[in-house]
Amino acid sequence: MDHNLNSWLLAAIQTLLFVAIAPLLTGWIKANKCWLQNRSAPPLRQPYRDLHKLFHKEAVIAGQASWIFRVTPYIILGTTVLAAGILPLIATDLPTASIADVIVLVGFLALTRFFTALAALDIGTAFGGMGASREMTLASLTEPAMLMAVFTLAMTASTTNLSTAIDFILSQGFVLRPSFIFAILGLMMIAIAETGRIPIDNPSTHLELTMVHEAMILEYSGRHLALIEWAGQIKLMIYGVLIANLFIPWGIATTSHPTALFWGTISILIKLFILGTFLALSETLLAKLRLFKAPDYLSFALLLSLLGMLSHVILEVGPLTK
Amino acid sequence: MILNNLTHYEQAILVLSALVLFTSFALLSQPRLLNLINTFAWQGTLLALTAALVAFTSHQPHLYISALLTLILKAWLIPWMLRHQVLKLKLHHETETLTNGTLILLGGIALVIFCYHVTLPLERLSTLATRNIIAISLANVLLSLLLIISHRQAVSQVVGFMAMENGLFFAALVSTHGMPMIVELGIAFDILVASVLFGVFFLHIRENIDTLNVDHMNRLSENEPTVRN
Repeated sequence: MDHNLNSWLLAAIQTLLFVAIAPLLTGWIKANKCWLQNRSAPPLRQPYRDLHKLFHKEAVIAGQASWIFRVTPYIILGTTVLAAGILPLIATDLPTASIADVIVLVGFLALTRFFTALAALDIGTAFGGMGASREMTLASLTEPAMLMAVFTLAMTASTTNLSTAIDFILSQGFVLRPSFIFAILGLMMIAIAETGRIPIDNPSTHLELTMVHEAMILEYSGRHLALIEWAGQIKLMIYGVLIANLFIPWGIATTSHPTALFWGTISILIKLFILGTFLALSETLLAKLRLFKAPDYLSFALLLSLLGMLSHVILEVGPLTK
Repeated sequence: MILNNLTHYEQAILVLSALVLFTSFALLSQPRLLNLINTFAWQGTLLALTAALVAFTSHQPHLYISALLTLILKAWLIPWMLRHQVLKLKLHHETETLTNGTLILLGGIALVIFCYHVTLPLERLSTLATRNIIAISLANVLLSLLLIISHRQAVSQVVGFMAMENGLFFAALVSTHGMPMIVELGIAFDILVASVLFGVFFLHIRENIDTLNVDHMNRLSENEPTVRN
């Protein structure tokens, strides 16, 4: 594919937009949760204020901390932003999408997790080690399930490239696919587990018995914490965009015409806000699972992804006729 | 088979059959009896809906009668009777301990793949739009069998038996567009009688050995200690 400077510019703008509106999505989910639980909600810009506050605070670092602890926040934000750059947010015709596919995306997320766990172990506190071990246990279960769900889509579109896959689904028009129903449900469950939301982890508590992600970043403060929190918000949005744009791609811009880009932006915002409302609803309705129940939840997600793949092979393709 | 060549109704049949398969898996990992019976009722509802859609797309009006029978018997009457019995025997608070839950689910997946492999020659011969579902229907039968093997509670095993019949009806529906009406009526009556008889059996088993856990039936006398697994 021949990409000129304009499309690279578009990719850069899109990634910046991605990074900029990620805290807004978190604020929206939080506000929805408050409304559902009959509390008065913080303003939508509250996550921006929190980030601003943290950036201006002093970062305290333990005396024993090695260089890994210092560089980890930058690595986490860097890889997460790169992962966000791969995803088609408002347009599909991107140069970034043709150099990296969905497996690279999963790889970036795994790299983030690896360094988070490493930094948690580095400081040598009990909480860090505990959080890291929990995170890696859960990750070993979520990763195959996520890859299965993504492969279901890749098999349907015969490509692992996200832009091409979205173009393929758009070109097919409205087709009822049993495999997509399972894959989207599986991916939603995985997204909840991976981004540390209820019922796997609770993002708004620091109760030592239940923490997973929070336990790992307990030692971080100031700008380091701000970077990690921002990365967490981007990660949540990555999953949201993945679900919204892969399975319901209608509205995304296939050309780089300004009107198409405008509608692409509007449609992804609407889709993300609807998904956010769903997430808030499920978090209000569900209680947090015990950690020992988490493998059951994740094996159910794996089952859904596997069923998605099987129903693609069995129902949608079937025996090859001569 | 290319999905685009099918009408949306035919695609909906595929989606519904995938959901029926999903309910079979849900039955497999359900430790609570009332939830198990509810899931079974949902499976019956989905099956009736599938039958009605097949009747609509293939212009076979007699399938509407089968769909109605399925809806009345398997989505309403039998679940209602089972629920009634569970409440009467005060079993609704009990949870079954399912050992190796994840392993059984993976075994179920293996069974689905096995069924696909076995029914491939059959699917090649068929020209119906529903031919791809034959593997799924056979998988439903085998998954119900797995349910009977893995569950220890007599009521769940009965649900497994009924789900197996669901699978057989499903297989007939998608491979030949239903059995002759007289056979279907006969089976429906059979199932109804069976569920009544099972109810009587539950009462008697309960009266004699105080439990419906089939593990306890391995004992020969009251004094022998219970052997678990």
